[in-house]
Amino acid sequence: MSAATDTIEEFASKEYKYGFVSEIESDTIPIGLSEEVIRMISSKKNEPEWLLEWRLKAYKHWLTMTDPLWHNVNVTPVDYQKIAYYSAPKPKKVLNSLDEVDPEMLAMFDKLGISLQEQKRLSNVAVDAVFDSVSVTTTFKGELKKQGIIFCSFSEAVQDHPELVRQYLGSVIPYSDNFYATLNSAVFTDGSFCYIPKGVRCPMELSTYFRINAANTGQFERTLIICDEGGYVSYLEGCTAPMRDENQLHAACVELVAMKDATIKYSTVQNWYPGDKEGKGGIYNFVTKRGICKGDNAKISWTQVETGSAITWKYPSCILQGDNSIGEFYSVALTNNKQQADTGTKMIHLGKNTRSTIVSKGISAGNGQNTYRGLVKINPGAENARNYSQCDSLLLGDRCGAHTFPYIEVKNPTATVEHEASTSKIGEDQIFYCNQRGISTEDAVSMIVNGFCKEVFKELPMEFAVEAQKLLGVSLEGSVG
Amino acid sequence: MSLLEITDLHARVAEKEILKGISLTVNPGEVHAIMGPNGSGKSTLAGVLSGRDAYEVTSGEVLFDGQDLLELEPEERAQLGVFLAFQYPVEIPGVNNTYFLRAALNSIRKYRGEEEMSAPAFLKLVREKMNVLHIDQSLLNRPVNEGFSGGEKKRNEIFQMAVLDPKLAILDETDSGLDIDALKTVAEGVNALRSPERAIIVVTHYQRLLNYIVPDFVHVLSGGRIVKSGGKELALELEAQGYGWLESGSTSELVAA
Repeated sequence: MSAATDTIEEFASKEYKYGFVSEIESDTIPIGLSEEVIRMISSKKNEPEWLLEWRLKAYKHWLTMTDPLWHNVNVTPVDYQKIAYYSAPKPKKVLNSLDEVDPEMLAMFDKLGISLQEQKRLSNVAVDAVFDSVSVTTTFKGELKKQGIIFCSFSEAVQDHPELVRQYLGSVIPYSDNFYATLNSAVFTDGSFCYIPKGVRCPMELSTYFRINAANTGQFERTLIICDEGGYVSYLEGCTAPMRDENQLHAACVELVAMKDATIKYSTVQNWYPGDKEGKGGIYNFVTKRGICKGDNAKISWTQVETGSAITWKYPSCILQGDNSIGEFYSVALTNNKQQADTGTKMIHLGKNTRSTIVSKGISAGNGQNTYRGLVKINPGAENARNYSQCDSLLLGDRCGAHTFPYIEVKNPTATVEHEASTSKIGEDQIFYCNQRGISTEDAVSMIVNGFCKEVFKELPMEFAVEAQKLLGVSLEGSVG
Repeated sequence: MSLLEITDLHARVAEKEILKGISLTVNPGEVHAIMGPNGSGKSTLAGVLSGRDAYEVTSGEVLFDGQDLLELEPEERAQLGVFLAFQYPVEIPGVNNTYFLRAALNSIRKYRGEEEMSAPAFLKLVREKMNVLHIDQSLLNRPVNEGFSGGEKKRNEIFQMAVLDPKLAILDETDSGLDIDALKTVAEGVNALRSPERAIIVVTHYQRLLNYIVPDFVHVLSGGRIVKSGGKELALELEAQGYGWLESGSTSELVAA
């Protein structure tokens, strides 16, 4: 094997840095799923009757469903009776301020690079930290409240803003939507909630950080973001988990609602534990994310950098209902060792002059398998709808795979739909070219991968772009030029 | 001491022996042209000197500045001052040309124990070289070679050479695929980079490039050996008579200038 291939292998097998477990006392309910468990979760969270009923409806529907098999991944079947559906750090007492958060917990988030001590924070990011099943703390709440922005854990929203939750929960992803979304609807424990009032431009990045800590638990969080007329919000999501030998399930739902003239930008850097080199352990990341551009001129933009998880299965989508509304999807998915990803998007054009853009970059290394799956659907009423899709795959080494499944359904003759796809291999000739200019093979691989992802990275907020680059083991391109 | 000293170099690709005993000495300030028909081993020689993986050296020696060049990785050779202008410059999508060049320059400087060049200092250097070579600003902000025309690619190679300032530049078929105007521009660039400290090896099939880059020495390569060496007039003889008249095989006459 040549030196270049060796380095590609090395690059592809970087150690997972976030695999530690924190010793935090937890209140975890016994494993297994039943109506009783759902009632228990609901009562632990002191939920109103309508929410419990919604959960039970979902559960009953879920019992009639089976695991989806259409995706292009090999899954060891999940035993849903072997998962604990609720795990919360044991509170010493009711928390009134951040000072009362378990120091172990603060230390853990510090270790992850997420400081929860807002007074010490320099960056302009408000964080909601979710630990196993519950939200631990939300920073900058007070500051945001002054502008009428609600940013809190989902559980708090249920207590404090039940009318908003009731109106929008399940309005984008119905409880019967798909196997994992339905399961989530039945057992979700916490997540983030955000409401941006009319005409308000959220002054800082909002962020949720998800951490799975306890063993044998699933994480089922639910995020709901509503951006009212003319509002703007940029939302970030990050995730890590300890290294464990068994697979852990993460089945989240994210619903976005953008009203007239509103813009929601949702960015994810997903770095769940991917399993070891032999494919043992790792997170099953089966997530349903969907947004609706309800009003005219609304815009929803998804940006994701997916480097973790044993299996990723997610399709952040946009329903373009309002006229002139815009949907965007920018994605980098990296699979190495035995990782598998089946990811993409759905752009559903309903309104007139709706536009969507899809840019997907898949990188496969080791034995990684990377699938892009996307649907562009132009409904009869969507006059002059336009879509542009670009799917590029990059292969590192010769044991990995890249697959592309684009689906296009056009029911209006005025539509314009473009699709471009490419597959390339990091060539020995590219690496030699860099070598010949004095650049080491390792730096050359980083540079080439970085260049490949550039169109997506430039969509990320600055802090996240840096993190994303680090995640891929590459250095940020300088500002020269 | 000579800059480059090649002694009885043999090399093969897969099982096929391509270079069958090349000896050549190059001193600073000299321009050597290596000519020869297709398959004579010209590009192999350029590849072996720059350290391409595909070639296996079976015997012989190459000293660069007194160091055993063949022991070194390609990037180390580059860092020591060996530059190859590629016959087919490689595209690197998404990587900004200026960023690439700065990374290259800084890794070379680092190897030499020099400090990394700051962004402003680098931009100043780039502008200087751009003016000398008549490079368009827009070329700098585009991804490395992506979507460049043939002429732009070759000019970009010479531009990189100007910025990296090598001791030895090997131009591999730099004239291929260029029309006469592009050829002249590239040649002017190379001529501007001739200096008493730098040696240049021009590998070419055709004599026409040598009308613009006038060599001090011409070597004719045939069947993996240098079969004739001479001054610049040798190129003209070749142009007039073709390579055929050498095939009968006069022994090589080494130039030790």
